[in-house]
Amino acid sequence: MWWAVLAAGLGCYLLKLAGLSVPARVLAHPVVARVADLIPVALLAALVAVQVLAAPDGGALALDARLAALALAALLLLLRAPFLVVVFGSAAFAALLRLL
Amino acid sequence: MSDTSRRAVVRDSLGVAIATGTYGLSFGAVGVSSGLDVAQTCVLSLLMFTGASQFALAGVVGAGGTPVAGALAALLLGTRNTLYGLRLAPLLGYRGWRRAVAAHVLIDESTAMAVARPDRDLARAGFWTTGVTIFVLWNLTTLLGAVAGEQLGDPRDLGLDAAVGAAFLALLWPRLTTATSRLVALLAAAVAAGAVPLTPAGVPVLVAAGVALLVGVLLPRREVAS
Repeated sequence: MWWAVLAAGLGCYLLKLAGLSVPARVLAHPVVARVADLIPVALLAALVAVQVLAAPDGGALALDARLAALALAALLLLLRAPFLVVVFGSAAFAALLRLL
Repeated sequence: MSDTSRRAVVRDSLGVAIATGTYGLSFGAVGVSSGLDVAQTCVLSLLMFTGASQFALAGVVGAGGTPVAGALAALLLGTRNTLYGLRLAPLLGYRGWRRAVAAHVLIDESTAMAVARPDRDLARAGFWTTGVTIFVLWNLTTLLGAVAGEQLGDPRDLGLDAAVGAAFLALLWPRLTTATSRLVALLAAAVAAGAVPLTPAGVPVLVAAGVALLVGVLLPRREVAS
């Protein structure tokens, strides 16, 4: 685990440094720029789906309190709630549903 | 530039930085509930210092993915910082060691608080105020969240597994401004969910990155500005 933490940390730093260091024309190509813009959207959406739908032991989909908590998160975001309210509000909601 | 506008830039930047810096609390709690120890969680905040990538590594590993898959997801998300750097480089105008230090605090928020400024002085003021304040707060609150998270027992009883999904949604939300980005988000989520039963944990997220590639390459050019 440690090497993944260190390698990914170093890699993320080098990605930042690269942006400040390489000539801007590398990303002048419109398709490259568009793909680069869309990658965070695709990854974050995929992470939402996997985090909420994958069964805890992996390998299958499961519907449980996490989906209800995500719905609450979406509602809070629509209401422009701050990040911490969204995150811990959803956690509290999921915990509450599991108690019931 | 006058002192007044510089003071306004610093004040706005501090507001954004203080609000953002406290997210570290949720990253700390999520990190330890994903199976990282307190030290690993804190090193991620110190060394990687880019929130979405940190959450991605913790999320993938916490869902049973390999460390390699977690690191790859973190790196793919980190590519957007390269884009920010390209936009900021001419504005900040740093070389040598200043550039090396600036790169470390080059994140969503420091870019946002620098990029719209009319001149270099104000851009630098926004960049450093935001970047350094978030760095300090983010690392302090990560430690707090990680230590607290470790004391609190089973993360599922606290709903912390649901908190991770909510955190990713909150990070995604401001990016859903165009029809193209909403389409990509829906497709990527569907592809990832579909891949869960078919592939080892961690792989579905990486497969979904292919959606960005496909849509970016196939979409007609006029959609770019939508």
